[in-house]
Amino acid sequence: MKTNLEFLAAIKSPDKPEIPYNTLNLGPTHPATHGIFQNVLTMDGERIVHGEQTVGYIHRAFEKIAERRPFYQITPLTDRLNYCSAPINNTGWFLTVEKLLGVQVPKRVDYMRVMVMELARIADHIICNSILGVDTGALTGFTYVYQWREFIYEIYEEICGARLTTNMGRIGGFERDFNAIVFEKTKKFLKEFPPVWREFENLLSRNRIFMDRTIDTGGLTMERALNYGFTGPNLRACGLDYDLRTAEPYCSYEDFKFEIPVGTTGDTYDRFVVRNEEIWQSLSLVEQAMNKIQALEAGVFHADCDKYYLPPKQEVYKNMEALIYHFKIIMGEIDAPVGEVYSAVEGANGELGFYLVSDGGRTPYRLHFRRPCFIYYQAFPEMVRGQLLSDAIVVMSSLNVIAGELDA
Amino acid sequence: MSTVKIVEAPEGIGGQGFFATSLDSVVGLARKNSIWPLPFATSCCGIEFMSTMSSHYDLARFGSERLSFTPRQADLLMVMGTIAKKMGPVLRQVYEQMAEPKWVIAVGACASSGGIFDTYSVLQGIDRIIPVDVYVPGCPPRPEQIIEGVMRIQDLIGKESLRRRNSEDYKKLLEEYMVK
Amino acid sequence: MEPISLETIQQHIDSHLSNGIQISQDAFGVFNCELDIKHLYQFVHFLYKDEVLAINFLTDLCGVHYPDQKNKEIGVVYHLQSMKHQLRLRVKVFVSENKPEVPSLTGIYGSANWMERETYDFYGVQFLGHPNLKRILNMDEMLAFPMRKEFPLEDPNREDKIDYQFGR
Ligand code: SF4
Repeated sequence: MKTNLEFLAAIKSPDKPEIPYNTLNLGPTHPATHGIFQNVLTMDGERIVHGEQTVGYIHRAFEKIAERRPFYQITPLTDRLNYCSAPINNTGWFLTVEKLLGVQVPKRVDYMRVMVMELARIADHIICNSILGVDTGALTGFTYVYQWREFIYEIYEEICGARLTTNMGRIGGFERDFNAIVFEKTKKFLKEFPPVWREFENLLSRNRIFMDRTIDTGGLTMERALNYGFTGPNLRACGLDYDLRTAEPYCSYEDFKFEIPVGTTGDTYDRFVVRNEEIWQSLSLVEQAMNKIQALEAGVFHADCDKYYLPPKQEVYKNMEALIYHFKIIMGEIDAPVGEVYSAVEGANGELGFYLVSDGGRTPYRLHFRRPCFIYYQAFPEMVRGQLLSDAIVVMSSLNVIAGELDA
Repeated sequence: MSTVKIVEAPEGIGGQGFFATSLDSVVGLARKNSIWPLPFATSCCGIEFMSTMSSHYDLARFGSERLSFTPRQADLLMVMGTIAKKMGPVLRQVYEQMAEPKWVIAVGACASSGGIFDTYSVLQGIDRIIPVDVYVPGCPPRPEQIIEGVMRIQDLIGKESLRRRNSEDYKKLLEEYMVK
Repeated sequence: MEPISLETIQQHIDSHLSNGIQISQDAFGVFNCELDIKHLYQFVHFLYKDEVLAINFLTDLCGVHYPDQKNKEIGVVYHLQSMKHQLRLRVKVFVSENKPEVPSLTGIYGSANWMERETYDFYGVQFLGHPNLKRILNMDEMLAFPMRKEFPLEDPNREDKIDYQFGR
């Protein structure tokens, strides 16, 4: 195996201009970019000398819209950030608002949230890792494990009725309690998914071809990764055990037992392995959360905050007061305190932060999303310098860059 | 017993050893059952398209097994996801590169009308730059809906006259959209 | 991970820098400070190098527009973080709309590159010393800075969704 440095040395020096570099345009629509980015690569033969990205092809002006929408109407926007794991974004947003409003949620709600968030993390990692398989030539693994993503969708459907853009939850909790089918399906998932995933892991993680393709491609040292603002699995693959779930526990993560996997070199293979291990940890978290939920008294699924929590629909039709609250909340007439909060959750691909400035009005004065992949995607040229074009594809897919989140 | 379903023959006159029908309907039949889609997936709806393609829903059952990632060999442009104004020229270029006959399906609210993003940066529906044959509503549409959209495209393809693409009307339509 | 108190931070900063930077703490435990623009680079650089506080991670960078504050219309907000102590520090600087010039932090943090480009794109803040300050999300041809408060959300040239159909 050649190391990255030898690759770099193999690039011809720029003072031999007789053979000019080629420019290769990868994107904006390219099947291997998984989303809409343009990479203009300067190539020396098949080696990448330099890359420059253009992003913004699906810029949708989330932050501008958010300045015109009351709090509840911002939840659908957060769905569309990292759409592979929408419930994490929803919860992150509600946690931000609850922090601003000072709402205390019951333990059971916390556990319910942990459960859906970990399911979402599994769903996200399923996509990322199986697509990495596709990019190295193993399509079957993808179609095989994707069924289990469908199964997670089914659990979501039981909870909130939607599959992908879930818009799940309310300020202070959930719109309804988890029904029996949720637990039944989750139990089935916990029982039947692990063998499938084990099989998928066996297919790739000790596979000679896969290892040759991924080991030592797109590595980054921990210092560089921190300097580039990496978070999430990509940072952990570089060897730092930083995870918001333990560093700054939210949603009662401190009540759970789980481990944080770390890698060593931060290359594509490490990212793959770290994600695999996170799936196992998340499975255990889902199980713990489910047990904790079932141990607590059923029927508690939201905090006691009439001012912000939508009243039940039946009440709205019969009861004057409920109707008034409903109207006030929907129209955003609730008073929010003046202040600034920054709140972050560990999204599936890094620290998803919300910086909310409120001037007391019905809408945020300013809402900024810290989108993890926007920040770490800028390291891409450095990660692929000196490597082959085909490596660039694998590196990109292992970074888990989501266009919708990147372009906001 | 085989589980393979064979499409029904078009209307015509048949006897022993022969079958006579119009060329239109035969070509339509062949075309509609072997569509090569070009997935132009930009955002969330693209993930639902992934579901449509993979094992659970399996678009391949409708003759669209082969995804064509190059526009030159595609019949059906499936636009899934938000198209920002920055993306508009790219989309048009992709459309221009496709060979005739070509069809377009706009999947999702964003592609159809801009969806929830009534903003300065989002194109308010791809029909502002290219002609669209079928719109699929939903944000995102469920895979069943996407399949339904493809089936409606199949209907259109099956019925299309062979001469439509050479007609004056069609040329005028393209001119309206300033498509080369 | 040892938590660290406000006094310790204040003392530590005072003992190393002499420009009277005041740190405060808000109700959510985040440390805040507002800086004069000329101290920004020095301050952030000091924090980056300092091993006691170890505030060496740039979490977030964004702009805010306050059209009513005279000569301080545009704020740039930095969220710095120390993973060692798990503390967050919010640093704010304000500049005038007419001359929005802020030193670039790209020399310290690689991650500042795109975030500053984004802030330039949205608010028109000129980051002095930035290697490649051009628009990132919007089209290069765009003239206005869309996140400023006076800029409308909807496309001003749109011809469908006409107001009278919506009773506006
Ligand atoms: S229609 Fe909805 S789900 Fe589809 S791309 Fe637009 S926002 Fe995403």
